Amino acid sequence: MARSGRKLPAVNSSSMADIAFLLLVFFLVTTTIATDKGLTLTLPPKPDPNQPPPDITKNQRNIFKILVNSSDRILVEDEPMERVDGLKEMVKEFVLNFGVMDAENQALYNTLPQSLRALSKRSEASSDNPVEAVVSFKADRGTSYDVYLAILDELQGAYYEIYAERVGITTEEFRNLDRKNPVEWEKYTISREGFPMNISIAEPTKIGGN
Amino acid sequence: MAKFKKKSNTSQDIPTAALPDIIFMLLFFFMVTTVLRESTILVKQSIPKATQLRKLEQKKLVSYLHVGKPNDPKKFGVEPKIQANDAFIDVDGVIQFIEEEKSKLAENEKDQITISLKVDDETKMGIIVDITEQMREVNARKLMYAASRGADD
Repeated sequence: MARSGRKLPAVNSSSMADIAFLLLVFFLVTTTIATDKGLTLTLPPKPDPNQPPPDITKNQRNIFKILVNSSDRILVEDEPMERVDGLKEMVKEFVLNFGVMDAENQALYNTLPQSLRALSKRSEASSDNPVEAVVSFKADRGTSYDVYLAILDELQGAYYEIYAERVGITTEEFRNLDRKNPVEWEKYTISREGFPMNISIAEPTKIGGN
Repeated sequence: MAKFKKKSNTSQDIPTAALPDIIFMLLFFFMVTTVLRESTILVKQSIPKATQLRKLEQKKLVSYLHVGKPNDPKKFGVEPKIQANDAFIDVDGVIQFIEEEKSKLAENEKDQITISLKVDDETKMGIIVDITEQMREVNARKLMYAASRGADD
């Protein structure tokens, strides 16, 4: 330590930040944070060729019909519809109608919160109970994808809103429920009990498109 | 004036020695989250908006199909096409594509495969219905229509 006055050799590191910035900007620009989000759906299994298709013995009142043609015109329950906005409310009213009030349906009805009971019209012309109620959605091969998706969005939204309200959470919280977490899984099953998501997507007609 | 001037020994500079560290931290974050594209998208992709979005639970079970009009209409025409990985496939090729993707998965996960359809919003339903029919053929029944977050909700 004789030469204590001598300065320590130091690498000038003031430009380190600049280099790091440069790399940072590069990654900022190239990053596309993966957005794996969308409408999930499970397709029905392939029909068994050895078995004839089952006869459909459903009452008309238990089917909520939505038709879209190749020029994107929408027919809901035989009434033309200009916009899809009101569809969610219509589906909710249809599912929650409770046309037949036997003991089983009454028990299910009693589990509902007040806000959902208010939607129940108990109309003879609408669905018997949520299990029987089927939303039938039929498009054409010439239907635009965005119209199709907008309607599917409304239909799923109707069910999600019912589920979420039954357990007292928002629809967004419901959709993000982690099904691997036992507490959240329980919530998920409770909310869906007695309300199967009966959305039937029929094979499309072949008038438009290719 | 001089009367009030306090003699202060504290330095007026902000120490910037930690700045590179902060920047490096950000840098590592973006490096880790970045997914460099494995394939170039050859079709138009303007993903429609929806509100009832759900996240996919397991990324490794997901395979992607891109559907839309080709970006290069002179070469590939104007009809919507299906792109899997790096190449165009036709509707019959969907089965083969799904089988290939399935073979990458473990035995118990094969039926859990999810197909994420990234469809351009100007597409007609015909081609999409054809794809879903093919998916049913090979028992790949989990489907997601990719969408971005819409206005309401």
